Amino acid sequence: MSGPPIRLLRRTFLAGLGGALTGLALGSFARAAPAMPPAVDPAAKAAAEAEGAGLRPNLFVHVTPNGGVQIVCARSEMGQGVRSSLPVLIADELGAAMDRVEVVQAPGDAAYGDQNTDGSHSVRGFYDALRKLGACARMMLIAAAAKQWKVSPATCVAHDHAVWHEASGRSLGFGELAIAASKLPVPKDILLRPQAELLHVGKELPLLDGPAIVEGRAVYGADVVLPGMLTAVVARPPVVGGRATAHDAKPALAIPGVRHVVPLPAPTPPFAFQPLGGVAVVADDTWAALRGRAKLEVTWAPGDNGDYDSESYRKTLLAAVGLPGVVVREVGDVAAALAGSAKQVEAVYHVPHLAHATMEPPAAVAKFDGQTCEVWTSTQNPQASRKSVAKALGLDEENVTVHVTLLGGGFGRKSKPDYVVEAALLAKATGAPVRVQWTREDDIQHDYYHTVSTQRLVAGLDAQGKVVAWQHRTAFPPIGSTFSDTTLSNPGELQQGVLDVPLAIANVQAENCEAKAHVRIGWLRSVANIYHAFAVQSFIGEIAAARGSDPRETLLEILGPPRIVTLAELGVQSLPNYDQSLTEHPIDTGRHRRVIERVTELADWDNREKNGRALGLACHRSFLTYVAVVVSVVKGKDGKIRVDEVWSCLDAGTLINRERVRSQFEGAVIFALSHALYGEITMQHGATVQSNFRDFRLMRFPDAPRAIHVEIVADTGPPCGVGEPGVPPVAPALTNAIFALTGQRVRDLPIVRTLQV
Amino acid sequence: MTITLHVNGKAHVLEIDPQMPLLWALRDHVGLTGTKYGCGQALCGACVVHLDGEAVRACVTPVRRADGRKVTTIEGLSPDGSHPLQQAWVELAVPQCGYCQAGQIMTAAALLASNPHPTEEEIDTSLAGNLCRCGTYLRIRTAVKQAAVAAGKAKEK
Repeated sequence: MSGPPIRLLRRTFLAGLGGALTGLALGSFARAAPAMPPAVDPAAKAAAEAEGAGLRPNLFVHVTPNGGVQIVCARSEMGQGVRSSLPVLIADELGAAMDRVEVVQAPGDAAYGDQNTDGSHSVRGFYDALRKLGACARMMLIAAAAKQWKVSPATCVAHDHAVWHEASGRSLGFGELAIAASKLPVPKDILLRPQAELLHVGKELPLLDGPAIVEGRAVYGADVVLPGMLTAVVARPPVVGGRATAHDAKPALAIPGVRHVVPLPAPTPPFAFQPLGGVAVVADDTWAALRGRAKLEVTWAPGDNGDYDSESYRKTLLAAVGLPGVVVREVGDVAAALAGSAKQVEAVYHVPHLAHATMEPPAAVAKFDGQTCEVWTSTQNPQASRKSVAKALGLDEENVTVHVTLLGGGFGRKSKPDYVVEAALLAKATGAPVRVQWTREDDIQHDYYHTVSTQRLVAGLDAQGKVVAWQHRTAFPPIGSTFSDTTLSNPGELQQGVLDVPLAIANVQAENCEAKAHVRIGWLRSVANIYHAFAVQSFIGEIAAARGSDPRETLLEILGPPRIVTLAELGVQSLPNYDQSLTEHPIDTGRHRRVIERVTELADWDNREKNGRALGLACHRSFLTYVAVVVSVVKGKDGKIRVDEVWSCLDAGTLINRERVRSQFEGAVIFALSHALYGEITMQHGATVQSNFRDFRLMRFPDAPRAIHVEIVADTGPPCGVGEPGVPPVAPALTNAIFALTGQRVRDLPIVRTLQV
Repeated sequence: MTITLHVNGKAHVLEIDPQMPLLWALRDHVGLTGTKYGCGQALCGACVVHLDGEAVRACVTPVRRADGRKVTTIEGLSPDGSHPLQQAWVELAVPQCGYCQAGQIMTAAALLASNPHPTEEEIDTSLAGNLCRCGTYLRIRTAVKQAAVAAGKAKEK
């Protein structure tokens, strides 16, 4: 087997901190720089050593004597554009010329800080820290030049890949200064540039990996090939917690190319990141492994979850929200206000399990030599991969290296490294490098599913139609159940559309109801915001209908006037606020109102019934970002409802890469429409009914909207999340539009359960 | 069985199971990993390659069907990323994760070869079998149209 050399090359980037998969130039649509050849001949070795020297003030920046700048990206690239964004912040702060910058992907190591690429965290969590890393290198280059010129550093500036002494017109390139700068002390007090000096940040930036992707050179987890590598596919228990009680390996071993049949240990609860167990077939190539697995005869014991059934569980959740839960938010006296109200509105919403269905199913390659294990994989969570492999093999973490490839989609699935551990266990068991390849069926049937949820909302209206009471009960098996035996969701989930929703209503109560998990529950892009925003924003539409008012006016009225919403007003003791302080990231209804006003202006809300269309509106703050969406639906000649046009307006604070922000919000519309229209995972006898794209349906070209308009309405203030917040408002905007078009209120997702779409 | 594949202008003689899908022959035996596995059942289009110029799903094409024939993969669409579709894809920053894009581009390339100026509806119909989970459909539509115009202009010259 052979392949492009890029995949195997390693070079020492940071002493003791492992290898880099690829180094790509970050020029204006520049082609990727070729991977470094291995240093074999003396001249090449000397050149490599010269490059190895230079300025390394921290783990993220390396200025070489030849003037190259290498910047480490420690977060995983899964389509959100992190590799085209974060390094630019460092490069701009440094004053580097973009065509001299190479981006190097970090291996999994806590030395890089948090690498778990989730929670729409990469920009908002690292903006200031990354700037400081670049600024530190800049200060040292300036200090080296000033020393050589015997002038004050304060009279020098850095830009265009050089340090300049403006008074005398002298300049020295970064490469010329790299070694001298490396001998200077690393400054403690870091001075950032004025924001206006960041030349590229906030602009439309080129896509770093674009050329490699369109030429088929981009390397994903499944593309890594090692000499002598075998390929494994695994037959996993159909029910979570089930186990193989017997298997006959002979028919599988009879398939030419099949080398080993390896039983994997059954996990013990809580399942966390453990592999599901089962039996692996390890072969010379993928086809032999697949044929072998098809011949494998396994007897399964279902375990404790063999009775899990989606239709009956629906009744369980409905019963749960019919009873009082734990009060998690309270203002005024809801019971009294409801009793005294002139009119009540009540609705129950249900959102099913969903699968991540990343286009690249999970895959990992592992090599084990008895003492150390080296892994290549598409993971959102390199450090958890490292830790989990170390634990499974009984190694110290120092003896496990995790190289991060590009991810063919993540959406939360690849934060859980169960598949990485499978590869490591099989490399150990077989003594050969092993690639574990999940099939699409494996992916759909053994996911860490988005949870299933039921919400009950009740509102009380006074004689004038004003909302005077609001009660919200939520029930869903929590993500915590994957890591403990809990049946109650935590504030991290409840902040996503229950605790944090601004309501200019005098009496508010929210209750958390218990629900037991029977599958592995995991994060899916925008997580609990999916079902909470669906319920809350649909319900506001229902209130508007109940009192015969404009949904936009109703939404703005319930949101209330522009203000900073306090914990006391929310009626909560505390709010996680996506790990940010409320001082820096308050809940600001002025920002809600601005995205609503702009999106309805763009969609021509006042003419919302023109040309046979109907519009629906929804607004939701998540991951600190404010988003309002309008969906336009029309009825086709075939009677089917189709989404014609979508507008999405956002305020995510300061941005690094406007282009990738727009692309994330465009993609979020399609992602959310797929789920709202068709997305559903159902369980019978504890096992997943769906198995491939035939029955886990995703939006396709002919059904995609004619246009998606994304507008960034504000771009100042502390940076907020981008990858996820585009998702939550889309589903309720769609069902609100369908109500406007047909008079039919869809409370059960997916929509295809009740309507032709 | 001995199978000869002419992949991107180069002959590969393989001793493999003739039933093996072309996808795995390309990835595991020829060493070209630009063609992706997405579903194994012709449902997602991630594996689209050209067989004698025609777009086929490599995941359900037995390698024996390609014996002695010309196979073009994403790596061979152009020598240097200069195909109008590749250029349009980069200019419009179409890819997000990028995993499905080889299949999208190869499908679109076959479309443009037979229909140099497709309507939006023809683009949608032609690409209906190609899934993108990141949701890049609208940019793909624009990129195909842009590439069609660019290819037309190049021909005039």
